[in-house]
Amino acid sequence: MGRRGESFMRYSIFSLARNAISGHHRWPRQWPDATPREAYSIIIIGGGGHGLATAYYLASRHRISNIAVLEKGWIGSGSAGRNTTIIRSNYGLHENEAFYEFSMKLWEGLEQDLNYNVMVSQRGILNLYHSDGQRDAYVRRGNTMVMHGAGAELLDREQTRRIAPFLNFENARFPIMGGLLHRRGGTARHDAVVWGYARAAAALGVNIIQNCTVTGFQRDSQGAVVGVETTRGPIRSEKVGMCVAGHTSQVGSMVGLKLPIESHVIQAFVTEGLKPVIPNVITFGAGHFYISQSDKGGLVFGGDLDGYKSYAQRGNMPVVEDVCEGGMALMPMIGRARILRSWGGIIDMSMDGSPIIDRTPIDGLYLNGAWNYGGFKATPASGYCFAYLLANDTPHETAAALRFDRFREGRLIDEKGVGPQPNLH
Amino acid sequence: MRIVCPYCGDRDTEEFIFRGEALGRHPGLNSDEYAMFEHVYHRTNLSGKTSEHWYHVQGCRNWILVERDTLTHTIYSARLAKDGES
Repeated sequence: MGRRGESFMRYSIFSLARNAISGHHRWPRQWPDATPREAYSIIIIGGGGHGLATAYYLASRHRISNIAVLEKGWIGSGSAGRNTTIIRSNYGLHENEAFYEFSMKLWEGLEQDLNYNVMVSQRGILNLYHSDGQRDAYVRRGNTMVMHGAGAELLDREQTRRIAPFLNFENARFPIMGGLLHRRGGTARHDAVVWGYARAAAALGVNIIQNCTVTGFQRDSQGAVVGVETTRGPIRSEKVGMCVAGHTSQVGSMVGLKLPIESHVIQAFVTEGLKPVIPNVITFGAGHFYISQSDKGGLVFGGDLDGYKSYAQRGNMPVVEDVCEGGMALMPMIGRARILRSWGGIIDMSMDGSPIIDRTPIDGLYLNGAWNYGGFKATPASGYCFAYLLANDTPHETAAALRFDRFREGRLIDEKGVGPQPNLH
Repeated sequence: MRIVCPYCGDRDTEEFIFRGEALGRHPGLNSDEYAMFEHVYHRTNLSGKTSEHWYHVQGCRNWILVERDTLTHTIYSARLAKDGES
């Protein structure tokens, strides 16, 4: 792969040794902060994981490098910096599982592809079940996963106890009967994913432009999008791709797009750093609670949406209480840990709980959004498929179902089967 | 957040179910397919002051029309949805 960019240094054991000798004072910047040019072939709105991954795959797989990624703050400052860093491919519906398994395969080769340590840790995800009916549902989901090559193992109570002896197996109301183990799932370092894609994209000539808010779109006489208006001046472009999940409706409203999306707030929490205590990712099947331990030792956990529409990036107390109750019910030892901080992130909840990667009804404008709970784990496949769409004007085969027309034609991808009520997905 | 229910008074939002944007009545069974599609799936999803339907499930079981800011969580007003939109 050809590398441009003046300051690019390939990371290796030799670069580490060389810089160790010079006291680590001579590491070059990972990517240059670009100033906007007058025009580009493609503009990506949103410098999060998805936007930067899209730019990287356009440059590396489709040889299109005349690209600008426009970010209103600093890269990775939106949902890319607010998630709980879990990667998994354990969905029950074909359209989702095919896509997320594609993403998992990209995660597995991402560090070599980007020449960057994104700290992919396939420590396994254990979804607990607490009733016969829930076990049957997990068997169905596990079979879907096996058919897509993701792998799944159904554990009984004693096998579960060997992996996680600290769980409360004496809970009379929600007894732990076993779990569905997804060994290839795990975590990755969210900031490193953003930085790794930014560095690799910039090395191929992509302009990463921070502190540049898109305020409107340029349209030609036929109504096609031919550029954007920004706080740093107008920029022309043949194609514009939106990667602004959480705020898709707001950017879409600048061109009058009607979207099947509601924006909701979801909270996450981290405790003080502890010695290794939780070996993998564990989800409570009888409440809204999931947990993993970061490499710094903090217990990272979260639960359900607050349930009402919000752009506030902060939640309310009832969900804090609900999540902590779930944690106490599942693993009472967590009550000894002190919460260091909590935060809220905004996610696009779509009407069927599944994402959208598609052309919009407006020529020149492409949309990547509605990521619901799946944004972080989707990052590589989202970028890969959106780059394919931008380059070829046809959907990538893995994302061919993730289109707008599924709502009108009744081909919903509704994992939970709850219908068009976004806060229930 | 707290909602002043017109029937029950000042209550925590935990007592309510959030239904979504106040969409008004559906376009009717004789409407064309596109109008029904828009009603079921499309949302304006504004950032700022919006009108919403909340159901007071643990109180009077009335549908409440709430004016709320999605950016600040400020609640401006709450009245019975059956009294109609303003």
